[in-house]
Amino acid sequence: MKAFATLLDRLVYSPSRNTKLQLLQDYFRNTPDPDRGWALAALTDGLPFSFPVRRTIMELMEQRLDAELFRLSRDYVGDTAETVALVWPDPAEPQEPPRLSEVISKLGLIDTQELGDTIAAWLDCLDVNGRWALLKLLTGALRVGVSARLAKTAVAAMAGHSVDEVEEVWHALTPPYTPLFDWLEGRGEKPEIAGAPVFRPLMLAHPLEDGELAELDVAEFSAEWKWDGIRVQIAASGQEARLYSRTGDEIGASFPELISAFRFDAVVDGELLIVREGKVAPFNDLQQRLNRKTVTRAMMERYPAHVRLYDALIINGEDLRALPFVERRARLEQWHAAVRPPRTDLSELIEVRDREELMRIWRETRGAGIEGLMLKRRSSPYLAGRPRGHWYKWKRAPITLDCVLMYAQRGSGRRSSYYSDYTFGAWRQKPDGTMELVPVGKAYSGYTDAELIRLDRWIRNNTVERYGPVRAVRPALVLEVAFDAVQQSTRHRSGIAMRFPRIHRIRWDKPAEEAERLETLIQLIEN
Amino acid sequence: MIAFHEWLQLTDAGLYCAPGDFHIDPSRPVARAVITHGHSDHARPGHGAVLATPETISIMKVRLGEDSADQFQALDYGVALQHGDVTIRLHPAGHILGSAQVELNFRGQRAVISGDYKRSSDPTCKGFELVPCDLFVTEATFGLPVFRHGRDMEEIGRLLDSQRTFPDRAHLVGCYALGKCQRLIALLRQAGYDRPIYLHGALKSMTDLFLALGQNFGELALVSEAGRGLAGEIVLCPPSALKDRWSRRLADPVTAFASGWMRVRGRARQRGVELPLVISDHADWPQLIDTIAETGAEEIWVTHGREDALVYQLTRMGKRARALALLGREDEED
Repeated sequence: MKAFATLLDRLVYSPSRNTKLQLLQDYFRNTPDPDRGWALAALTDGLPFSFPVRRTIMELMEQRLDAELFRLSRDYVGDTAETVALVWPDPAEPQEPPRLSEVISKLGLIDTQELGDTIAAWLDCLDVNGRWALLKLLTGALRVGVSARLAKTAVAAMAGHSVDEVEEVWHALTPPYTPLFDWLEGRGEKPEIAGAPVFRPLMLAHPLEDGELAELDVAEFSAEWKWDGIRVQIAASGQEARLYSRTGDEIGASFPELISAFRFDAVVDGELLIVREGKVAPFNDLQQRLNRKTVTRAMMERYPAHVRLYDALIINGEDLRALPFVERRARLEQWHAAVRPPRTDLSELIEVRDREELMRIWRETRGAGIEGLMLKRRSSPYLAGRPRGHWYKWKRAPITLDCVLMYAQRGSGRRSSYYSDYTFGAWRQKPDGTMELVPVGKAYSGYTDAELIRLDRWIRNNTVERYGPVRAVRPALVLEVAFDAVQQSTRHRSGIAMRFPRIHRIRWDKPAEEAERLETLIQLIEN
Repeated sequence: MIAFHEWLQLTDAGLYCAPGDFHIDPSRPVARAVITHGHSDHARPGHGAVLATPETISIMKVRLGEDSADQFQALDYGVALQHGDVTIRLHPAGHILGSAQVELNFRGQRAVISGDYKRSSDPTCKGFELVPCDLFVTEATFGLPVFRHGRDMEEIGRLLDSQRTFPDRAHLVGCYALGKCQRLIALLRQAGYDRPIYLHGALKSMTDLFLALGQNFGELALVSEAGRGLAGEIVLCPPSALKDRWSRRLADPVTAFASGWMRVRGRARQRGVELPLVISDHADWPQLIDTIAETGAEEIWVTHGREDALVYQLTRMGKRARALALLGREDEED
């Protein structure tokens, strides 16, 4: 546990990817099985815990610290696990901390009755850093700035393999991954994956930055609409189909109508959408279906799931990933025409003659209610990760409006203890003719560190009321907010919700009365 | 008996002693001010008359200028000064060199305004002295149970360990120019570290003042005169220089920051610090609670910091406690 705690502590404070890789590799090299395998599982969200640790930990905490003092501490720190680690009483004398594998194996068999006492006994043996690591582990959210992919990269690199080799075998393995380490260290064979519908790492697009278009030769690219759903991979073996998210999480359980419909043998790439009578529904409809453990027939009828395909990785056992995009696309079209898998269609290719036409189409996306364009290099093979120069996503230009800061809340992680989450409003006329502010959105990005400090100070000096971690401020600061779209919402008092709002500029100079009216936002609602 | 708020009032400038007609650590220029210590949010320029310890006056003159007040009057620790109906005494607060608690006696009531204070030992200043009182005005910079500062020598040990682990990298330690910087130098010397310690230019004038007042710091050198690199060396700089272009002259520096804030990970990450060192010049939560209890005061005023939790806890302990919400105090630097 000590080595694992030290690893996490150092990772948290190391911004450089290379330093992180070095720290991870050192850890995997110098830590015995099965401890390192469990650590890898923890870093890749693969730990099989399913009991309510959070509640247990809070119950333990209540016996040791007043609930209100804990709440105030939690508000300030911005992270429950860290708060518990900080306020838990220190051991009177140094104790021998448990091993990581001991912790995991004990948790695997534990009776929920004993859970509290066991966790308390561990916490009593650990220093503040060890307590923090244990609690992070138990709550299943490490957040140490290491993606699953980076952890896998480190494991692969310690034996001179590429991360893609590890990704290929990953979904055939389970923690603590002893066969993986055996293979990597030359003691065993490469794990077998043939026939199983496993996740293949996706190829991702870069955002097209300002001015980048001028450097692209438009003739070398294919264009498609950017669909407003979520990216998925269908991996199907004929008997069995699985649906994976972009990060390789299996999400098929939420979409049984898709899983049961896909009886083909292929791995294909596409966008998960809700489609009614050929028309794509707003993202909000798709959200009703995500992360559900059980799905009712009514849900499936009301929000029919659909996959719009745009690429093929493997068809009938043949790996197409080395082929150029145009060839893969042709194979995808042939296959789709022959197999006709239900609940799917193909993402249309847009004919573009030149840059001017492309610009025109892009400018028209907002009017057409489309999120933007995808540009894919016609000669690109299917490459895992986010390789430069191959695929671009080109979102439609954001809308910007001046709103008034209404509430501020402390952030978490890097922004904990600063008021960094801002709820802002627009003016609306009341029946008596006076104006009132109604909240229209919330943003927690887009400002610089220096602006954050200035905003935090402004909020402290202009607070009119406090509700727990939230402060209401004097309606006097104008925020220029950039956002992608406005949607109807029954959850908000204003009746609207913004998509992807962020702070574009802080208008320290602008009088609040001159900010936008709610009517302006309502006119922007799509659909 | 007169109520405390009748003779100790809150004005726009801060805490005001009406029968003595003076402010304590006022946030804007006033006719008469008692200054607890030399940090900039407590000691400001432009007052008419300033009363403080001799060390605090020296600090103010170096930082703010010889004529930053019309008139300076020095008062040694423990010496009583009769001012109208009010008797004033200053007592060591243990925060930094010259820092004082202000004891005020008026019509049989005793109020102590702590300024900033700590109970941990510090080789660069006199230790905190407990003054029993009826009203205690306390800071609350670290007024949350999450703040428990460990032993400073353990943190110095972590710095020296890191220096051994990364002998090819400079170790750049951010610290405030007044108090923390000199305490770090003294602690490093206590730990037996005898190599030269390198300073950013902004730390020089205060350190020179400490030397002039009798501290012995061993060999010090300015980064600007030492050339580039300084691999394997310990370099002290103000926090603002940690991420500044200035630091690029150093060999792949490990950035450290010595502050009580480093106990909270988010704070350390906001600073982009790789080696957080929990060394504080303020009382931590147990010290705040213990000190307040030991003064025997029944009424407690909380000036600045995380006052919610402290007021809540003191109320649970049966004290009358209120938050003053003084203007002009940002999150205390530490």
